[in-house]
Amino acid sequence: MKARVTVTLKTGVLDPQGKAIEGALRSLGIAGVASVRQGKVFDIEVEGGDPARTEALLKEAADKLLANTVVENYRVDVLE
Amino acid sequence: MKAAVLVFPGINRERDMARTLRLVSGRAPTMLWHAEHELPAGTDLVVIPGGFSYGDYLRCGAIAARAPVMDAVRAFAVRGGLVLGVCNGFQILCESGLLPGVLMRNQQLRFICRDVYLRVERSDLPFTRGYNAGQVIRVPVAHGEGNYIADGETIARLEGEGRVVFRYSSPDGMIDPNWNHNGAINAIAGIVNEAGNVLGMMPHPENHVEAAIGPTDGRGLFAGLVEALERAA
Repeated sequence: MKARVTVTLKTGVLDPQGKAIEGALRSLGIAGVASVRQGKVFDIEVEGGDPARTEALLKEAADKLLANTVVENYRVDVLE
Repeated sequence: MKAAVLVFPGINRERDMARTLRLVSGRAPTMLWHAEHELPAGTDLVVIPGGFSYGDYLRCGAIAARAPVMDAVRAFAVRGGLVLGVCNGFQILCESGLLPGVLMRNQQLRFICRDVYLRVERSDLPFTRGYNAGQVIRVPVAHGEGNYIADGETIARLEGEGRVVFRYSSPDGMIDPNWNHNGAINAIAGIVNEAGNVLGMMPHPENHVEAAIGPTDGRGLFAGLVEALERAA
């Protein structure tokens, strides 16, 4: 079973990397970008075919390791 | 002093730390591999040195914080054992939940490798009894992710309980954005846990202990620890 965990910085947490990317986009002439926040995506394959169990497992994985919930939020999407 | 220095893959400052501990205490520490489940019997100080554990993969210190040895460190800390984390060691302590907050990318996005000035905020801890409160010391930093941050409530509690131990300052002890090299909130360079037995700091006091290679301001931290442990024994 395939799933995706997306980790993003919480609102209000300063993201120096996102700011640098924002500046680089501007200097490339890519107009209209209001702001950039950088995050992480984890594509994970889970054994078995139970979506509810997969979601619960990956929430545990995100809480324990994939995200630092002091500054990051995460979302689990079970894909198929 | 019976110190144990934790060694994780990718750590690279463990020998500096061991040298300093031996120099100041007269006794070489045990180098303890991350896969161990127990601390050596009689350990009275655990030191987590600097470096790039696991190549800083995922987040700085995130993977090391989940290593088997950290359960032993957690149990040791709960019993009141002294734990010192420097640089990557501070990041590991935050990731392991032994200290609050997190070390983010430096505000200017640059790796900073230079001497800095720190104001020692209190001298009543085992880690700081070798200094006077308000004293300014000069020690090096070498990090890309040292920008301390925590939620507003945590910062208020740290400040209210006097748990900010070191702040980046000017040479005369003024707190000023120009001397806050990595943009840390409230110029925080080091904090302790609630009980005062777990200290994390970004700068490297272990690298300023020998007159032959420069200032010796870092020595007070280790000399203070030796004294505190002797008194406790």
